[in-house]
Amino acid sequence: MTLKSTDVRNIAHLARLHIDAADIDQYAADLSSILDLVDQMNQVDSSGVEPLSNPLDATQRLRDDEVTETDQRDKFQQIAPDVEQGFYRVPKVIE
Amino acid sequence: MASSVTEIRRGLAAGEFSSFEITQDYLARIAQHNPALNCFISVTEEVALAQARAADAALAQGDAGALTGVPLAHKDLFCTDGVKTSCGSRMLDNFIAPYDAAVIENFLRDGAVMLGKTNMDEFAMGSSNENSWYGSVANPWNSAHVPGGSSGGSAAAVAAGLAPGATGTDTGGSIRQPAALCGVTGIKPTYGRVSRYGMIAYGSSLDQGGPFARSAEDCALLLQTMSGFDRRDSTSAEQAVPDYCGALGRGIEGLKIGLPKEYFAEGLDDRIATVIEAAVAELRKLGAEIRDISLPNTGLSIPTYYVIAMAECSSNLSRFDGVRFGYRCDNPVDLEDLYKRSRGEGFGAEVKRRIMIGTYALSAGYYDAYYLKAQQLRRMIKQDFQQAFDSVDLILGPTTPETAFKLGAKTDDPVSMYLQDIYTISLNLAGLPGMSLPAGFIDGLPVGMQLIGNYFDEAGLLNAAYSYQQVSDWHLQVPEAFQ
Repeated sequence: MTLKSTDVRNIAHLARLHIDAADIDQYAADLSSILDLVDQMNQVDSSGVEPLSNPLDATQRLRDDEVTETDQRDKFQQIAPDVEQGFYRVPKVIE
Repeated sequence: MASSVTEIRRGLAAGEFSSFEITQDYLARIAQHNPALNCFISVTEEVALAQARAADAALAQGDAGALTGVPLAHKDLFCTDGVKTSCGSRMLDNFIAPYDAAVIENFLRDGAVMLGKTNMDEFAMGSSNENSWYGSVANPWNSAHVPGGSSGGSAAAVAAGLAPGATGTDTGGSIRQPAALCGVTGIKPTYGRVSRYGMIAYGSSLDQGGPFARSAEDCALLLQTMSGFDRRDSTSAEQAVPDYCGALGRGIEGLKIGLPKEYFAEGLDDRIATVIEAAVAELRKLGAEIRDISLPNTGLSIPTYYVIAMAECSSNLSRFDGVRFGYRCDNPVDLEDLYKRSRGEGFGAEVKRRIMIGTYALSAGYYDAYYLKAQQLRRMIKQDFQQAFDSVDLILGPTTPETAFKLGAKTDDPVSMYLQDIYTISLNLAGLPGMSLPAGFIDGLPVGMQLIGNYFDEAGLLNAAYSYQQVSDWHLQVPEAFQ
């Protein structure tokens, strides 16, 4: 599997990652070699095997729908990059 | 100076020294050696001394817990309330965690003292500790070599005697591989045994916390504190935790140990094979029955692991958006620019590679070929182990295919780095417990032996390792510069 620089740009956009233009070709080469490694999976026929997502085949544990968290907004916002009057600030989204 | 968790507990109980004194001793060793080793990202001197004073008061009142007054180091991936928790990343260089991880709570409950937070590969992605924003860590046995990763700082700190024990996490070998490369003992428990609450996530279906120490006995003490059900971790196991120390010393007479032929095949350094064979001979003398077994899908574990781990990381690391906490780029022109540049500047190259591969594997049109296929192979790998455990009690092999490699030797080729994990990552896919313990040296560098147990049989692993350590002294060796 060989990824082209346009593929890398597209994947980086999906992942919301800025990649410097000068680094795109290196990423294309690195990601292609990782995908070559990954392609070894196709050496084996796994048709009919049930996928395993939790190693212990555990199912989601449920709990009662009760409020368990307390309001810690002030504490959490102390470590935020930019807040104002209890809100997180980001660049303008809607004109 | 007392150098093991066991000796420190004994010395504290007997009043031979105070927690304040031993904590000061360790802080002094850290101040002396950390500039060269770079094991610690943060040294929490004030916290440590305050906790040590409280521990001494508790000891004086006869109110001591299981680890009261014992100084330990924590991988900088466990959230520590009020203390920087960087995960080895520029992204979290300014992150003061607002709460404690469950593992940290458990150590506080049992009275342990925190010396500091240890260096690691960024977001636990790496096998050499060279992917840290805070620089690489030197292997205490030879400073030109890597300590392994991702928990390289914890392993090196224990090997150099900068802490008697330390925490780590293991997603594909990140406890066992650095334990092997630094000549210390480390255990990755069964998936679900140790709570992941407050452990910054990499691959959520693979991640497990565990301890490093100088012996199986010390690991048993630390794992006892770390283990147990926690409802805040949705995959925490509702399983009773046995008395790990109480399980030591019962011997291994009649224990059936399997040697998987795939773990001794091409790719393994012949000299490591010789070291492991000598250790196997010792175990046979202790009464173990050695059997040849096969884990036929071992070769598939690396591609399978990297698809699953990278898919999970791309999802987990989407939370780092430059909005609520962590790094934010300067002067974003719009929201998309804020996301992209905060993440592009905040993450290092390996993290970006893994996020991109994971994003690709999960994207429309590729999901079945990559993620679904990997999950099918994951079950086949697990079934290999289940079949093997029908006829043996433990599985044994080398932890790594080579000893600690030189700094910089594999940084230009991500795939060659991934191949270091060949013997460790299948356990994470299967969710099984495993440990690494010192079994010898090659050219002055330690060799690790890996023991693999059945689900929730950490006690069996620790007992076998303890038995071996009663008749060997590899785990007692200390690098010359740190004696």
